[in-house]
Amino acid sequence: MVQVNLWAGLRRFTDGHDVIEVEAKNISDILKGVSKAYPALKEIIDGGVSVSVDGRIISSGVTEPVNQDSEIFLLQQLKGG
Amino acid sequence: MSNIHVNTTVNGDEIGFLCDPRETLLDCLRDKLSLTGAKEGCGTGDCGACSVKLSGRLVCSCLVLGAEAEGQEIETIEGMSRDENLHPLQEKFIEYAALQCGICTPGILVATKALLEKNPDPTETEVRYWLAGNLCRCTGYDKIIRAILDTAADMREAS
Amino acid sequence: MALDDQSKPYFKFVGTRPKRPDGIDKVTGRAKFGADSYAAGMLHGAIVRSPHAHARIKSIDTSEAEALKGVKAVVTRADFSKDIKFTSGKDSEHWNVLENVMADEKVLYDGHALAAIAATSALIARDAVKLVKVEYEILSHVTDVDEAMAIGAPVIRKGASDKSVPSGLHENVVSYYESGHGDVETGFTEADLIIEESFKTEATHQGYIEPHACLASLGSDGKGELWCTTQGHFSFQKVCAALLGLETSQLRVTASEIGGGFGGKTTVFIEPVALALSRKTNRPVKIVMSRSEVFRATGPTASTSMDIKIGMKKDGTITAGQGTFRLQGGAFPGAPGGMTAMCAFAPYALKNVHQIGYSVMSNRPKQAAYRAPGSPMAAFAVESVIDALCKKLDLDPIEVRLKNASRKGTKASYGPTFEEIGLVECLETAKSHSHYKAPLKKGQGRGISCGFWFNFGGETAVSLALSEDGTVQISVGTPDIGGSRASIALMAAEELGIPYDHIRCTVADTATLGYNEISHGSRVTYATGLATIKAARDAINKLCKRAAEKWGIPEEAVKWEDGHAVPSGPNAGDFEPLSLKNISEKMGKTGGPIVGHFEANPEGAGVSFATHIVDAEVDPETGKTQILRYTVIQDAGKAIHPSYVEGQFQGGAAQGIGWALNEEYIYGSDGRLQNAGFLDYRIPLASDLPMIDTVIVEVPNPGHPYGVRGVGETSICPPLAAIANAVSQAAGVRLTELPMSPPSILAALKAE
Repeated sequence: MVQVNLWAGLRRFTDGHDVIEVEAKNISDILKGVSKAYPALKEIIDGGVSVSVDGRIISSGVTEPVNQDSEIFLLQQLKGG
Repeated sequence: MSNIHVNTTVNGDEIGFLCDPRETLLDCLRDKLSLTGAKEGCGTGDCGACSVKLSGRLVCSCLVLGAEAEGQEIETIEGMSRDENLHPLQEKFIEYAALQCGICTPGILVATKALLEKNPDPTETEVRYWLAGNLCRCTGYDKIIRAILDTAADMREAS
Repeated sequence: MALDDQSKPYFKFVGTRPKRPDGIDKVTGRAKFGADSYAAGMLHGAIVRSPHAHARIKSIDTSEAEALKGVKAVVTRADFSKDIKFTSGKDSEHWNVLENVMADEKVLYDGHALAAIAATSALIARDAVKLVKVEYEILSHVTDVDEAMAIGAPVIRKGASDKSVPSGLHENVVSYYESGHGDVETGFTEADLIIEESFKTEATHQGYIEPHACLASLGSDGKGELWCTTQGHFSFQKVCAALLGLETSQLRVTASEIGGGFGGKTTVFIEPVALALSRKTNRPVKIVMSRSEVFRATGPTASTSMDIKIGMKKDGTITAGQGTFRLQGGAFPGAPGGMTAMCAFAPYALKNVHQIGYSVMSNRPKQAAYRAPGSPMAAFAVESVIDALCKKLDLDPIEVRLKNASRKGTKASYGPTFEEIGLVECLETAKSHSHYKAPLKKGQGRGISCGFWFNFGGETAVSLALSEDGTVQISVGTPDIGGSRASIALMAAEELGIPYDHIRCTVADTATLGYNEISHGSRVTYATGLATIKAARDAINKLCKRAAEKWGIPEEAVKWEDGHAVPSGPNAGDFEPLSLKNISEKMGKTGGPIVGHFEANPEGAGVSFATHIVDAEVDPETGKTQILRYTVIQDAGKAIHPSYVEGQFQGGAAQGIGWALNEEYIYGSDGRLQNAGFLDYRIPLASDLPMIDTVIVEVPNPGHPYGVRGVGETSICPPLAAIANAVSQAAGVRLTELPMSPPSILAALKAE
């Protein structure tokens, strides 16, 4: 199981949890797992999020692999100037 | 409104064009004569991207009517180097990375050439105030000013 | 992607300062920018814009305009795709763009487009605009962020909020973000001093000198060509195709030279309109915006209202930080409330931190990205409070920042753990810099600030083709907005081992390469650079294979060294090294063209930090601030072409100086923009600024083969606060609203 950290604003949709455990080998699994565990989050995830894996921010690809002990954070989708 | 026939000299060449009385010299240079080196950044004389010399005077060509060019001598960026060699200012701007996007560069070069013709040994402050009518949004002016001061020194040495 | 070899012991080309490949074009006026393209039979387009901040369009009568001699077509919203419908959230992305490009039932800000005309000359098109009769029902409007969130504010658009917004907030709040860790209340109880302050910043414009311009040609068969000034032609292709109901691949988009963007040229405005006019007239149509159109209808940043509370111990330890950031983003969703909140406390390792961001709609033009969107404003607020704490506790502002600085292993304020970062190195450099030790005169002040930005990777495709004479052409899909062709060629030279001058880097059109994300997020030298290195290595593998075949040895027995294929060791055999040219001149007969490729998403952009030092003097008579000395210190990871890295540092600082001291959007009570020109919207002039000194810090980014971090955006993050802190010391009053223009400084001095 991979522990996924959410930003606090999402706690409303997860009964107050800010860490969710999902089965995941890559980012795609994480996003699907989170949406499945808390369907209310699906719209926000589909709207676009970035994921940080061990401190590295993955802005677009969902195929990036993750380890079971990876530090995972959902982040707002990033955009620059 | 009927068009006006204008006879003028651009970068040493005698040229004629037809223009609407409302068209600016900048419009005429760009749209009638295909000299697109002068740019329209504002159309109100604030940014200097359209700087040209009109019978020896540095002007914003967006504030001059095309019809006013009759009988005058115009110098544009396209005339700054007339053979394969660049003008020393042009060389130095490339060497110093004194441009990023390059949209203000023609206007700044034309304006600076006019400065050095008037004052071959300007102080940094004099260069900064001379160029106060030429906006650059990319560079913070630092490398531009350094390139100009260095060119001026080279040109003084060469003359 | 695994990045194997950061162990390169030395660089031959990277880090040198060769002339940029487009230099001569740019200094002779030959370079073709957006407005410099012409086509046979071309028409000129002009746009009808709303003079009202908020109104219902009752009718548009174009008959008089159409009757004018030379007018060939008029388009309104009805001429765009009917398949794009309003929904909430992400699905509405195209609807929002279309609604901004051409209003439907309502106009939402002063300058909002509602019709367009194509005519045989620009003058006739402009005359025709004046003949369009629009009947409006004026609606009440709001342009201030706090007012837009207040009870009773006019609703810009019902149903525009996304799901993140908790109930009970005004409908103009369209997105909500909250994050943090620890417990700030506990943290505040541990503090010896707490300062709580509110801040406001006005919207500023990117202020690129080149107005938006395009030349479009589209037939009734749906095949089209678009030439335009843009930071991202692939994105423009996709969006324009959607807005006009075209197949993406049938629209070929070519990026012109771009006369500045800074985030403002990441979105379409006139391009779909020119295409619609061209389709209707079967002729090429050119549209060039006027400067006032640029100010009224494109660009600006979000304006903000922010509350910051920070607690500090007597020894300088920050015990807790809390921030609320309200970002006004114009009449559409998208203001970077979340990113502002995420950046706010990122430079500091805080046990207790909490931040909230709101994105708010109002009757202003849609905000666009501007260099590190959101971060400069957040830094202004947070770093001002830290400075005030340092002053009250009599602590050195750099020592305090060093004490609290984020470093590798710090849990970032926005969640994850930092990898290798260079903030401590920036601060140490600042501390030992001669600028920091130089004496100040009476009436002068010195300010310090840190800044942070994420940087970005994104979709990237590069193709690198060899020529028979041993030279190389690189095609990239990211418009060159600040000298990137030079840095790309340097990286290719480094890999291939051939001279920089033997490489030509071209920004290819959309038909030539796979999709490339926009030139934004400081991504080009990082992502296109990484892609170029990978494409070069792909070409090298192919070169080595040809050498192996010629020598009759296995591929693995050949390696690439200093521009040559050589046997990998004594066991591989004894062969004369083959240069790139030796192999490429025979490629037609040895297997065909040799081309290296890379297509992927580089995902390791690496965040970046900066520290700025600024000295300022305030004239108590006039309230005018003069910047006396400025030093930018920033982590570039690895500077590929140091001159252009310095240029990014200096440019960001100069824009920040304008933002801090002069630049602002001024709206009247009628909701109209009152300063839509460079005379009244004053960006820094040469005579306003001193030289801007730079120090390039290099803490390699583990996500790039050479360690590159993007540098374009972070440089605008510290100036607002650094200058506010300098002004505070110089004038003896702290300003909490930007810009710190002479009248506002005078007012503050008077109030003292």
